[in-house]
Amino acid sequence: MLRGEERATEAENVPPVIPTPHHYLLSVYRHKIFFVAVVQTEVPPLFVIEFLHRVVDTFQDYFGVCSEPVIKDNVVVVYEVLEEMLDNGFPLATESNILKELIKPPTILRTVVNTITGSTNVGDQLPTGQLSVVPWRRTGVKYTNNEAYFDVIEEIDAIIDKSGSTITAEIQGVIDACVKLTGMPDLTLSFMNPRLLDDVSFHPCVRFKRWESERILSFIPPDGNFRLLSYHVSAQNLVAIPVYVKHSISFRDSSSLGRFEITVGPKQTMGKTIEGVTVTSQMPKGVLNMSLTPSQGTHTFDPVTKMLSWDVGKINPQKLPSLKGTMSLQAGASKPDENPTINLQFKIQQLAISGLKVNRLDMYGEKYKPFKGIKYMTKAGKFQVRT
Amino acid sequence: MSAAPAYSDDKGGSAGPGEPEYGHDPASGGIFSSDYKRHDDLKEMLDTNKDSLKLEAMKRIVAMIARGKNASDLFPAVVKNVACKNIEVKKLVYVYLVRYAEEQQDLALLSISTFQRGLKDPNQLIRASALRVLSSIRVPIIVPIMMLAIKEAASDMSPYVRKTAAHAIPKLYSLDSDQKDQLIEVIEKLLADKTTLVAGSVVMAFEEVCPERIDLIHKNYRKLCNLLIDVEEWGQVVIISMLTRYARTQFLSPTQNESLLEENPEKAFYGSEEDEAKGPGSEEATATALPARKPYVMDPDHRLLLRNTKPLLQSRSAAVVMAVAQLYFHLAPKAEVGVIAKALVRLLRSHSEVQYVVLQNVATMSIKRRGMFEPYLKSFYIRSTDPTQIKILKLEVLTNLANETNIPTVLREFQTYIRSMDKDFVAATIQAIGRCATNIGRVRDTCLNGLVQLLSNRDELVVAESVVVIKKLLQMQPAQHGEIIKHLAKLTDNIQVPMARASILWLIGEYCEHVPRIAPDVLRKMAKSFTAEEDIVKLQVINLAAKLYLTNSKQTKLLTQYVLSLAKYDQNYDIRDRARFTRQLIVPSEQGGALSRHAKKLFLAPKPAPVLESSFKDRDHFQLGSLSHLLNAKATGYQELPDWPEEAPDPSVRNVEVPEWTKCSNREKRKEKEKPFYSDSEGESGPTESADSDPGSESESDSKSSSESGSGESNSESDNEDQEDDEEKGRSSESEQSEEEGKKKMKKRKKVSEGQGEGTSSDEGSDSSSSSSESEMTSETEEEQVEPASWRKKTPPSSKSAPAAKEISLLDLEDFTPPSVQPVSPPMVVSTSLATDLEGLTLTDSSLVPSLLSPVLGVGRQELLHRVAGEGLAVDYTFSRQPFSGDPHMVSVHIHFSNSSDTPIKGLHVGTPKLPAGISIQEFPEIESLAPGESATAIMGINFCDSTQAANFQLCTQTRQFYVSIQPPVGELMAPVFMSENEFKKEQGKLTGMNEITEKLTLPDTCRSDHVVVQKVTATANLGRVPCGTSDEYRFAGRTLTSGSLVLLTLDAQPTGAAQLTVNSEKMVIGTMLVKDVVQALTQ
Repeated sequence: MLRGEERATEAENVPPVIPTPHHYLLSVYRHKIFFVAVVQTEVPPLFVIEFLHRVVDTFQDYFGVCSEPVIKDNVVVVYEVLEEMLDNGFPLATESNILKELIKPPTILRTVVNTITGSTNVGDQLPTGQLSVVPWRRTGVKYTNNEAYFDVIEEIDAIIDKSGSTITAEIQGVIDACVKLTGMPDLTLSFMNPRLLDDVSFHPCVRFKRWESERILSFIPPDGNFRLLSYHVSAQNLVAIPVYVKHSISFRDSSSLGRFEITVGPKQTMGKTIEGVTVTSQMPKGVLNMSLTPSQGTHTFDPVTKMLSWDVGKINPQKLPSLKGTMSLQAGASKPDENPTINLQFKIQQLAISGLKVNRLDMYGEKYKPFKGIKYMTKAGKFQVRT
Repeated sequence: MSAAPAYSDDKGGSAGPGEPEYGHDPASGGIFSSDYKRHDDLKEMLDTNKDSLKLEAMKRIVAMIARGKNASDLFPAVVKNVACKNIEVKKLVYVYLVRYAEEQQDLALLSISTFQRGLKDPNQLIRASALRVLSSIRVPIIVPIMMLAIKEAASDMSPYVRKTAAHAIPKLYSLDSDQKDQLIEVIEKLLADKTTLVAGSVVMAFEEVCPERIDLIHKNYRKLCNLLIDVEEWGQVVIISMLTRYARTQFLSPTQNESLLEENPEKAFYGSEEDEAKGPGSEEATATALPARKPYVMDPDHRLLLRNTKPLLQSRSAAVVMAVAQLYFHLAPKAEVGVIAKALVRLLRSHSEVQYVVLQNVATMSIKRRGMFEPYLKSFYIRSTDPTQIKILKLEVLTNLANETNIPTVLREFQTYIRSMDKDFVAATIQAIGRCATNIGRVRDTCLNGLVQLLSNRDELVVAESVVVIKKLLQMQPAQHGEIIKHLAKLTDNIQVPMARASILWLIGEYCEHVPRIAPDVLRKMAKSFTAEEDIVKLQVINLAAKLYLTNSKQTKLLTQYVLSLAKYDQNYDIRDRARFTRQLIVPSEQGGALSRHAKKLFLAPKPAPVLESSFKDRDHFQLGSLSHLLNAKATGYQELPDWPEEAPDPSVRNVEVPEWTKCSNREKRKEKEKPFYSDSEGESGPTESADSDPGSESESDSKSSSESGSGESNSESDNEDQEDDEEKGRSSESEQSEEEGKKKMKKRKKVSEGQGEGTSSDEGSDSSSSSSESEMTSETEEEQVEPASWRKKTPPSSKSAPAAKEISLLDLEDFTPPSVQPVSPPMVVSTSLATDLEGLTLTDSSLVPSLLSPVLGVGRQELLHRVAGEGLAVDYTFSRQPFSGDPHMVSVHIHFSNSSDTPIKGLHVGTPKLPAGISIQEFPEIESLAPGESATAIMGINFCDSTQAANFQLCTQTRQFYVSIQPPVGELMAPVFMSENEFKKEQGKLTGMNEITEKLTLPDTCRSDHVVVQKVTATANLGRVPCGTSDEYRFAGRTLTSGSLVLLTLDAQPTGAAQLTVNSEKMVIGTMLVKDVVQALTQ
């Protein structure tokens, strides 16, 4: 009924569902590849789209990157994996843990070993995961170092208007985990301030009832990396915006030159440094070129796509980074009346901007003492400044 | 599957440019592509003993398939490796086989035996994978094998194999849709499965094969609701959408009381917001809000569904969230729908494809339930980085959400959007402003002013779009906007976009009395440039000229004639036509045409203002979240969402009558382990508990339930367990009594049919545990001379009227009458049995069947329609084994009706049967009336056409129709014949080879005596005994009813218990099934 396959790309604005007389093509576009599924009959489109994304995630998991040459090189593994993931168009095994048990991902080491020993990529023991009640976890996991790491990552989505006031801002957070624990551990994770979490969605391993009644995350973790939880911080809480952008972009009607200046500075950072700042902006078509000088970092302007990007790096509160210069406009053409928007990326380590704090992590069911670690980070999500 | 060629083609195309890259990859086989002789090389590699070479070859072949190259000529070489030990080779062979089997059917058959062997493997995973590949091979010849394999797998011990069986069902159905009825049976069986693993897959099969058989769901409804949270994501989506449809047919509309409020939508949604604030999930809130009306009480099952799906809004899978959202939208009371908004808004953070789909749905919802998304208005603000299609959808939502209070902010947003670089988006924004202006009267002037300002925009597209929108807005109140029209008139000099020019001209023409001076001047200008205009503009010039001529002919007469003459010689025939037409209308001709007198009315009729409305307005008649909704067109296979019923269908059909119903809650506390096992009853006592998935306990219960719902033996085992449990606990006096009765019954039966006591001992548990069995029934049992219990046990789950509630089938195996809670009144029973007897008497005249040889009636009573499902009408049927008087090819079926309701049932008759090809029915004469408590018997004849396909028909009363089906056991499809030993041997000699089916078996001790053997065989099949010389050989003969083919059965029993069963028949299918049935009867 449906199969995902890769196909060459033309435009970016392809609708995800294309009807044809007898089939419907549903596609997702990731890593510059279209993954297309063909369906013949009515099916919830999200069902297919979700599955295709799961396929892409699996490929990425298997091959590290998911690009056209990689897929072509591994076409046999791709076939094997798809065969396991789908049965007559119905998803079968989509948990990467189970799949990896069935078909081992190709690594350089394994290829070498395989050629020497003659063993294969396909797991020779039968997959037991599919039969278990915790289908996301392999049985018989063993580690010498037992460790569990949790990353609390929050992203700020915001739209800031011309004058610097916030039009909309919200915080979306995820807790990504990397759990390498022997046996069948049963973990509980509790928060200092669980009330902050407004809208949560869980990995299937989390016991929903426990969360409902006690606001505690209780789960048997999958092995390896997984996303435990994603959440939304309730809208009532005012979102602290950690950076500000001062900008002055002006085109003059008479001359073919425009002035361009932006400065980025910290604001409500709770004493942490802002790192990894990048500024990108799509300039109007009328802009031919820009000659700019940054006070720090590097910048590029692509005259074809009209994309300006400035890699700022760390913000030093004593010496605010700025980018100044002129734009040369198409001669004779009237000044562009659209204003570019500025997109911002940044990172703040060891800070969850919402103030969310993990209280404790306990393990039951196993005897050993695991090593536990929790890391916080705040990032810019879709952070946009209008000018 | 069938899409495979399509995609491989397009793959082949796209792989083209990347071809050189393939050369590097040793596995791709790229270097071989041009050289077909090199396939020999591959064949050689496949023929070697080295796994590594085979693997290499298979990898190349799969790479060839991936590139769309035809590798079918390698089929024989590949198929040989299907039994290869190396798992990777095997898997690749499977890939190949599934791809090419349809083309090379004969060769594909070579592989079948390997899979058949695999189906018997002790390892469940191997059984499952064998079934999976077997069912993927699209070769019509193996349909019977597949059917058999599916049936067997459906009662496999392992839930994983059962899941695979569920997956195989749609595959077989797409290969041969004639198997539908049999497949429905399997589906019915699997629906009763209690493991989460199976649930999703079987519902998927249900949706694909028989979505119309909603009656199969009744008994499983509560179980599905309770299991839902533990089913894997993909299954959840399928189940939720199926349950949405189900609920629409079974429950009353929760919004029916709000219909009055709906007249004033504004008020309604404020009301719903208040309710939302109170917190979701309170019917009380709705009820108190509407004290005047009859309070609507939600069916507890309806509530159960809503409650159990709600946590799934937290799922990480967008598909599940969307499924729940549409369920709430379609099923929940208004006050509760709000909960889905938050989850949907969360999905907007996801991939752009997901956003696209979600926004489409939000757009539809926001038209109907604006209040729901208002708090999230800001989440729909548009970012410059969004793809255009997302921007436009968000714009749609924003426009839908705009109201009096938030319009200032929305408009301010729109203002920034107009300055965007994305011109399509800007155009859409202008239209959105227009819509806001029409919807919200207060801001109309503001919007209009804003749009007029846009007219001085440098971008022509923006201006053009604004003009079009202004035109629409002006139509609403033209009188006040003479200035704007003048301004627009000036623009004709500058604007070049045809649509905009045409709009301006139309406006001037329409409202020429507001701009009496300018209009003729515009016409003058246009006449000058007429030839250079676009067609659409030319038409409007003619229009303008005509209108001016009618209002102001003094100034414009000449101009008009000039324009019309120009148009007369235009290249476009549309324009020529229009010119001619207009001329005739406005210029009075010699005859003084009647038309021209009315020309003014024709041209200057007041025109209603256009309504600017959302393109999503009418989309909600498609089920949300469906492909059809997304495309706004019916997709193939789309199931309409039914309207709410006027009156609720009987809710009791969902009751699963568990004898130990009341004990369940105690048991639950005592033994938490068994929770999912008894999930049905949990639905009553505390359905939320099942949501708590304690994995430890789950694993326990899983294994338990799997053993329970496994094959026959395990059934009785677990029954015994139940029984022990019960005794431990001490039963209530009532059940004790019935237990005793059960034992009495056993004793009596032992007397009646000797020698089967041992055989039924394992059933003792189930017998006595059916606490509802009544003494009346026992007496009935005696009168009817029932079969040995073992026989009935293997009769296929009979009809849809008992949609296989596992509890019933497990515990009541012994009982052929429906488990009834109320005692069946004695007189009825008497009359029933009397009637049967009488009928038997009248008919036995024509029958030549000596009672000695066929001492038993056919099958014991089977339920056709349960008392509850039939609203008081209970219908059973038996195979009387008497020739049907009308037609010798028909099986005669006795139908027993009894009315346990308190109103008479009138006009019982058979309604239009929907029968598979070949099957025909001789209906019974209409029963005019059946008084309460009475029962009646009728005979009908069914020609099954020598197949075990079920005959489906409707049983109609004056008020209701019930869908029922009768499926005959294979043994009932024949009638005994008499022949001598010699004749028998002669006939047997003709039916050898393919027509002979032999099976070895061991007779249990209980089954060694002549009498028992004969009885068991004749009970299973309607055959006559053939006299026989040797004592250890038994022979039976019969003919199938329709075709009259001989069926000869020989049983050669050694004193040690070893025996060999041989069936000779032309009808191989019948033969095979008969052997199976007889073996089962004898060995149990």
